[in-house]
Amino acid sequence: MRIIDIQKMAVHALGKNKIQTALTMLGIVIGVSAVIAMVSLGQGAQKLVQDQVAGMGTNVLQVQGQGQYSGGGGGARGSTDQSQVLTEADVDAIRKEIPAVAMATPVVQAQGQFVNGNQNWSSRIEGSNEFYLDIRGWKIAQGEFFTESDVRTASKIVILGKTIADTLFPGGEAVGQSIRIRNLPYRVIGVLAAKGQNSNGQDQDDTAIMPYTTIQKKMLGAALPRIQRITVSAISAAATGPAKDQITALLRERHQIRPGQQDDFRVNNITEVAEAAENTTRVMTLLLGSIAAVSLLVGGIGIMNIMLVSVTERTREIGIRMAIGSRGSYIRMQFLAESVILCMVGGFIGVLAGIGLSLTIAHVMGWPSFVSPQAATVAFLFSAATGIFFGYYPAHKAASLDPIEALRYE
Amino acid sequence: MPESAAMSVISLKDVHKIYRTGEIEVHALRGVSLEVSRGEFVAVMGPSGSGKSTMMNLIGCLDRPTSGTYILDGVDVSTMSKNQRADTRNTKIGFVFQSFNLIPRTTAVVNVELPMVYAGISPRERRERARTALANVGLAEKENSLPNQLSGGQQQRVALARALASNPAIILADEPTGALDSKTADEIMKIFEQLNAERHMTIVLVTHEPDIAAHAKRLVRFRDGEIQEDRPIRHRDEELKLQAQLEI
Repeated sequence: MRIIDIQKMAVHALGKNKIQTALTMLGIVIGVSAVIAMVSLGQGAQKLVQDQVAGMGTNVLQVQGQGQYSGGGGGARGSTDQSQVLTEADVDAIRKEIPAVAMATPVVQAQGQFVNGNQNWSSRIEGSNEFYLDIRGWKIAQGEFFTESDVRTASKIVILGKTIADTLFPGGEAVGQSIRIRNLPYRVIGVLAAKGQNSNGQDQDDTAIMPYTTIQKKMLGAALPRIQRITVSAISAAATGPAKDQITALLRERHQIRPGQQDDFRVNNITEVAEAAENTTRVMTLLLGSIAAVSLLVGGIGIMNIMLVSVTERTREIGIRMAIGSRGSYIRMQFLAESVILCMVGGFIGVLAGIGLSLTIAHVMGWPSFVSPQAATVAFLFSAATGIFFGYYPAHKAASLDPIEALRYE
Repeated sequence: MPESAAMSVISLKDVHKIYRTGEIEVHALRGVSLEVSRGEFVAVMGPSGSGKSTMMNLIGCLDRPTSGTYILDGVDVSTMSKNQRADTRNTKIGFVFQSFNLIPRTTAVVNVELPMVYAGISPRERRERARTALANVGLAEKENSLPNQLSGGQQQRVALARALASNPAIILADEPTGALDSKTADEIMKIFEQLNAERHMTIVLVTHEPDIAAHAKRLVRFRDGEIQEDRPIRHRDEELKLQAQLEI
């Protein structure tokens, strides 16, 4: 018997019961598309987290001051003003004394009204030193970043985020222009490259950067050197762990915190946080994928069920085929071909539906659209394997029928 | 008779068939020997349970004898494997059943082609042969009809065409007119007679109607798993008279 004839027979048999065939196929379609959609969404989320982490900078650690609660006797130190804890001297010490640290910058934050002629915009300002751009892995689109001498002299210069630049200078060149922030004039020396929204829907381009000394001395006019944060970059990803420990030890010593007493600062390892987040999304992907795989399994069991019913229904037909000279193996191949064709066609439709589904969901959720080609391939092959696995038993049952018994079957 | 044995299409020698269902043993055939030569038209009769169906299953290679030998068209089939028997059924035997047994929702011509599909014959050749076979039974214009669009007589003719298309050594007909009215039954029997007379087709036909058996040229009667009577039928009218006398 020719292979092509087996395929034709299988297609013909499937065509005889169109509704039954379509419903059985639906199980596989749903299973395959669910696997693809779930895995694609999971991997999309993973990518999103990776992008965000890249936006935070490479091998970055954040040092933040925090209120200290020492409890017990004496006067409670209670909640110290966070911004009073960290000093410029701390920044210098971290940068110079810890070998695992590559760069460090103080971060001073302010809020202000940006004015250019009749355009105005309220936004966030971050003050830092000249290393900030490199630590966070940001890029300048136009103009340039400030230098060490700008920090020393507290120059009245500013680098604008894309959103601010576009708002204040619609259709015009921002670099070289002068704007007013909190009623003081500043010169725009650069514009940051666009970074888009982060996962919370926050516009990452709605930020301006200037030397931290400028904010301290010119803008806020504070007597005390206030530093909200110290952002540190380690020399490598592996060094972030040791760097965290060393910074903790150094700051405890510098802040004269006795053993057993709580830290008045907190060191966050962004790489650690990122790894944890990535792990979470990876586990989520696996979980979603497995749940979807279960639906594919259920689809496969549906196929087995229908094929078993079909073998019983067609017992007499099988008897006739055997009487006129079909070998058992031809019967087996025909039934196997039926279930494999069912699964492959269902799998193919499922792949298309899965791609459509993941693109739609990604669009609705505002996530980067992403279709996992591995998931599509694996789901399709798995559906074909389902056809063989769940089709084999019914096919074998059909092939082992006794022709005399089968012919007598009513 | 070594000469006639050499010419035999069917040669059964001391064939026994015992069915075992649990504790119970059924001796369906008790030493049957039968020679059928090429071009013979044999009617097999006997009450139900007499072993005629068992013998038909053996002749049709659907089953194997418990003991004894069966030589079909010069080949010993009593020791064949399942697959060999399937191939033998495919090429040497044409089945015609009481309930027609066409594949449902499948056109007449595709039904006729089916044995040739299993034989691995090319689509063009089998379509041609199927059309010829349908024309031979007078159904040339019904080739694309589905079984449920055909009358009983027409369905049985499609079944006959299917049996003939692969050029078998024998045609095995099991109560082929059992589901037909007498007029249609007569038409079908005419086709059998014609096939036997014009194409020298060897036919073995099981029936319990004397009227139908009278179309054959030889009568084999079974009783309790043995051949009780084996004689030629000379003339249809004489035979019918003889049968009528026996009934009384």
